[in-house]
Amino acid sequence: MRTSDNIVVAIASGKGGTGKTTIATNLAHVAAGMGRKVQYLDCDVEEPNGHIFLKPNIEKTQAVTVDVPEVDLKKCTGCGKCGEICRYSAIIHLKDNHVLTFEQLCHSCGGCLRVCPAEAIKPKPLDIGDIEFGKSGDIDFVHGRLRIGYVRTPSLIKEVKSHIKDDSLAIIDVPPGTSCPVVEAVKGTDFVLLVTEPTPFGLNDLKLAVGLVRDMNLPFAVAINRYGVGDKEVERYCEAQNIEICFKLPDDRRIAESYSTGDMIVDSLPEYEKGFTDLIEAMTV
Amino acid sequence: MKIAITSRGETLDSEVDPRFGRAEYFLIGELESMDFRAIENKNVNAAGGAGINSAKVVIDAGAEAVLTGNCGPNAERTLSAGGVRLYTGVKGTAAEAVELCKGGKLTEAGGPNVESHSGMNK
Amino acid sequence: MKEIVVISGKGGTGKTSIVAAFAGLAKSAVFADCDVDAADLHLVLEPMVKQTSDFSGGKQASIITEKCVGCGQCEEVCNFRAVFFDGPANDVVEKTYTIDPISCEGCGVCVHFCPNDAIEFKDVVNGQWFISDTRFGTMVHAKLGIAQENSGKLVSLIRKEAKRIAEEEKKDLIIVDGSPGIGCPVIASIAGADLILIVTEPTLSGKHDLGRVADLAAGFNIPVLIATNKFDLNPDMAAQIEEDARKRSIRVVGKIRYDKAFTKAQIMKCSVVEYTDGAVSQDVKALWRNVKNAF
Repeated sequence: MRTSDNIVVAIASGKGGTGKTTIATNLAHVAAGMGRKVQYLDCDVEEPNGHIFLKPNIEKTQAVTVDVPEVDLKKCTGCGKCGEICRYSAIIHLKDNHVLTFEQLCHSCGGCLRVCPAEAIKPKPLDIGDIEFGKSGDIDFVHGRLRIGYVRTPSLIKEVKSHIKDDSLAIIDVPPGTSCPVVEAVKGTDFVLLVTEPTPFGLNDLKLAVGLVRDMNLPFAVAINRYGVGDKEVERYCEAQNIEICFKLPDDRRIAESYSTGDMIVDSLPEYEKGFTDLIEAMTV
Repeated sequence: MKIAITSRGETLDSEVDPRFGRAEYFLIGELESMDFRAIENKNVNAAGGAGINSAKVVIDAGAEAVLTGNCGPNAERTLSAGGVRLYTGVKGTAAEAVELCKGGKLTEAGGPNVESHSGMNK
Repeated sequence: MKEIVVISGKGGTGKTSIVAAFAGLAKSAVFADCDVDAADLHLVLEPMVKQTSDFSGGKQASIITEKCVGCGQCEEVCNFRAVFFDGPANDVVEKTYTIDPISCEGCGVCVHFCPNDAIEFKDVVNGQWFISDTRFGTMVHAKLGIAQENSGKLVSLIRKEAKRIAEEEKKDLIIVDGSPGIGCPVIASIAGADLILIVTEPTLSGKHDLGRVADLAAGFNIPVLIATNKFDLNPDMAAQIEEDARKRSIRVVGKIRYDKAFTKAQIMKCSVVEYTDGAVSQDVKALWRNVKNAF
């Protein structure tokens, strides 16, 4: 059973590069240091970076597949219904019992399998990437890696999230943006931390992200990274919208340098640890 | 023999369209009679599967050969499955392409000659 | 007429700021903002919208409550768990089915299998796209609706319009601001382009992501160049990236130093080269010269 200790927190943002991974990995590290059971799940499956900072020992790799159609041409009656129902050109009927499949276009909707009157179509696994599991100190580490050139990002994210454990504080590192990969990553989480920077681009994309989490009815708050680098418009916006700013990291060049070499902020600059501790306590109270 | 030519316009004096999947038009007609009609390509803006669907258009129209500039792997595979011979690297007007074809001056392509998605935004 | 697309793999490396600077330096160009789910270029280029159009990327299914007989076929055939048995009563049954628009993929399978034609399948307006005037030239951009599918179709549409306009206006160049990642929107941004510029940063994350996006770009047979932004934050890492690039036979054609002028310019709604003539501006201009020469 989920208690407030064991919530699922998504670290997201509209804009890329605001500091999601920085915050997510440091949160996981600090929470583990506080004696909590923690899981870190990197759902930025196109460009996962959490492993750079958490440096996990990988214990297991799981190939992830999605179902695509396989046609038994001997059973095929050439009715063409499969090609008609497919909206993605992943299966097409040419003539007689000549059916072609284009696996990389398939969205796994199952339509062709269901509609075939001759039961000539069966599901076949298509490899879209993998998930690695490991340990970073006491942190349970999970990340998904999408095969390059494959477009099934949301499917892989869903699979990564299926490994969320009930008995841990689960921190999800979300990809940037506001479209379907992000929706898949934040869906069903208990709380979303929207990370932004105090600049016009940061504010613009924050508004989009706020729109998304409100649409999805998810509790959320804002974290401002590189606080001081720009202006006060993000703060003004949050105040006007009654949005809590629950975390701030200043625009400290030493943080950027520590990040650039793949180090944990709280290890290189211990003065920042308290901020992360306070945030964990605030989120899990 | 019925052939298809990718074209930038609806008549035989139009330029051959260098793309297959996202060509503006397909000119379909009989080589001997030179009687061609134009089919507007609805796949020009397709999100995906342009090559595949264009190949299907050509196959359904009964063409036995396609003359075009470039053809990607999905389209090539579909044409091949449909028994349609593919000629790539074809340039000039559609009428000129027809003459080259009649004179046996075109060489059949051994496979796709461009990467997937190459015809987008050209 | 040539088209250059600026991408990054990792977000936040400075693509949009650099594209904004290029916009000011290019003599004859049209601009396309293809980062459709988090577009920012308009904040600097301040477009005056001349034409707005709706964009439909696909379809969505929705249940016609009055016609639903509660058979549950739709729920059974939906592979995306978008169908729920939580709709209101109608004349025939006490509870009907509903479809969650956020989860609905628009595959149409439920529509096909509904025995009572009780499911509507309509084009959904996912966003809007715009043709605008800016102080540097025409810009094509878009706003994708929230939580929408970003299949790349809108990106392709924007690029196609930019090309049409460039031809009409007899412009030499199309400059495209791409999106982070390596998925459909990025693929749709780079397919068919004449030149790809990857903007990276001197961090381990930047180096890692550069590798993946460079692998993606390599599959397209298009020349690739790299620019390292904020290079002086970690010159060693910047050098490592240059070494990686050399191994891949990709040229690093620009190194831009870290400078708060980038943010200050953004706040002033101008590009860094409009904001300052300082060293950072010279770095950007040098990058631009190298990019132009690469064509």
